[in-house]
Formats: sequence, C-alpha cells, structure tokens
Amino acid sequence: MSLVERQDMMSQETAVWDGGMGSVSDYVALLKPRVMSLVIFTAFVGLMLAPGTVHPVLGVVAILCIAIGAGASGALNMWYDADIDEVMTRTRKRPIPAGKVTRDEALAFGVTLSIGSVVLLGLLVNWFAGAFLAFTIFFYVIVYTMWLKRSTPQNIVIGGAAGAFPPMIGWAAVTGSVSLESFVLFLIIFMWTPPHFWALALVKNGDYQAAKIPMLPVVAGETATRHHILAYAVLLAPIGVAPYLLGFASPVYGVASAVLSAIFVGLSFDVWRKREGDPAKAACWRLFKFSIFYLFMLFALLLGESLIAGA
Amino acid sequence: MAKEDQGITLTEEQKKKRRSRSIAIACVLGGLVLLFYVVTIVKLGPGILDRAL
Repeated sequence: MSLVERQDMMSQETAVWDGGMGSVSDYVALLKPRVMSLVIFTAFVGLMLAPGTVHPVLGVVAILCIAIGAGASGALNMWYDADIDEVMTRTRKRPIPAGKVTRDEALAFGVTLSIGSVVLLGLLVNWFAGAFLAFTIFFYVIVYTMWLKRSTPQNIVIGGAAGAFPPMIGWAAVTGSVSLESFVLFLIIFMWTPPHFWALALVKNGDYQAAKIPMLPVVAGETATRHHILAYAVLLAPIGVAPYLLGFASPVYGVASAVLSAIFVGLSFDVWRKREGDPAKAACWRLFKFSIFYLFMLFALLLGESLIAGA
Repeated sequence: MAKEDQGITLTEEQKKKRRSRSIAIACVLGGLVLLFYVVTIVKLGPGILDRAL
C-alpha cells in the first residue's frame, strides 16, 4: 500500500471522531469529587496531628497533591472499569458510560495527573510523601482495580488500604516518615471500609451480580456478609478508641469514640438480625449512612483537639 | 492531495467543549506558575536574594 493510499484511508477512518465531547465538569466528575473530599479531610487531619510544623503554603500544596493523586486514581479506576460502570445503575451516568469522555481520554487524564501530583509533592514538600502517594495510586489502580476487584470477595478488605493511606501521607508530608500514631489513623479507615461497603453491597447486590463482580454478598451470600459486617464492627470499636488508649487523644475523644463505636456495633447487629425484606434493607442503609458520620466524627474530633492544643 | 484528506473535522459542539477545556488548562498552568513562585519564596525566604554574583 502506498503512503498516499494509507493517508487517504486514515483520513477517512478518522473523519468522524467521537472524542472531545467532555466538558470541564465531566473531567471533574472523573476525579470522583465525593471520594476526594474524604481524602482531603483525612489527609488534613494526618497533617495537623503530625508532630512538628510545616509552612502553611507547603501544607496546602501537600493536601492539593494528595487530592489530585486521589482524583487521578479515580479517573484511572473509571478508565479500567468502564465496562462494569455501564452495567451498574449507581455508576451508569459516569462520564465514560455516558459517552462524554472516551476511555483513552480518561487514561491520558489519569496518568498525567498521577505523574504531576507525585512529582509536585516530591519536589515541593518531600520525596518520602511523594513516593508514598505514588505507591497509593499504584495500590488503588493496579492492586485493587485491575487485580483484586474482579478476582476475590476480599477485594474491599485489601483494596481498602488505598483509601486509608491519605492520613499517613499527610503525616509524612510534615515529618518525612510514618509512625504508630499515623498507622492508627490508617487502621481506623482500613477496618471501617469493609462494613461500610458491604452494607451498600447488600442493598445493591443485584447490581454487583449483573456486573459479575465477586463482592462478598455475591460469592458468599448475604448471611455470611452479615457475619463479616458484625465481626469487623466489633474489631473496629477498640481501634476507633485507640488514639485515646495510646495517649494522643483526650478523654473527651475517648468517651465520644466509645459511644460512636457502640452505636456502630449496635447498627451492625441490627443488620445481622434483620435479614428479610424492607426492614433488612433499611438496616443496611442506616449502617451505611452512620458509617460515614462515624468516620467523619472520629477524624473531626481528632482535628478539633489538635487545633485547640495548637491555639 | 485528495480533498477529503483533511483529518478530523470537529463539530461546533466539540469546538465549544475544546475551548472551555483549553481555558481550564490555561488556568491550571497559570496556577502552577503562581504556586512555584510562592513556594520558591517560602522555601528560600530572604535567602532568595543572598547568592553569589
């Protein structure tokens, strides 16, 4: 085939292009802004609790980089999971299945932001935090999205680590290292993630079945999932109180976290007990909604105490 | 050269979306320039003027 013929074929093949239809808001949606807001909050708490000081500008830069890194992970997750997102009602309106952004555009966007956020955090704050952010993106995209999510019902348990790293990165941005305290912050989110997602998975079981994702309710059944939720809630309770037990939070936090943890266990017990019809569904929704409040309150209390201590 | 060999022809909507994305990218790049300027001042402080000629 001559060069002229090849050029002619290419021009005809590419004359109609379905890309370039994404608006700025579509690209913002690729960043999963709601997940990003939780990442910003928990990373900020890690940054504020860390011993030592960081210049406010560098603190803002660190949080910005962590947020962009999290957003990049979200974009890469949507790039890889476009086929699943198309099937599930919860994700059907995302930019790729809605036909607003092509998969290639999402991939380019995600890779660019991933590299940009890591390099920026490394250059402007410190390279330990930058490397930690790179590892978190790798863990979420490669380990969770590409490997675990479609292969094991423990996907949420292990993959949850990616969502639990931000407070440790925030801590590392100040100290250039990690410590027991930052690990406890990680552990709170890590143990919180499975019951939080399984409560949602019980309600959206049909969606996950249709998408052929081996979530615990799909593979092991709803009863086994309820056992797991209760077990994780019981294990989470002492970890939620651990900041007080280890001496880096006040008795006020100790009492508040104990009460919140007791409610968490109580709602999980309710999910375990009610197994049929609307009451079962309502119990799952209650636990799911409270779990968000629970995590927010624990971190807000820790943040409040650090602000008071610093005043 | 053949008349149809003109590559991709964007629709009006694609052009409009591209323009809005271009403005957003310009804002981000402007923000990065400002960020590097401010961080340079923060990291070097008064030492920014203290260099061998």
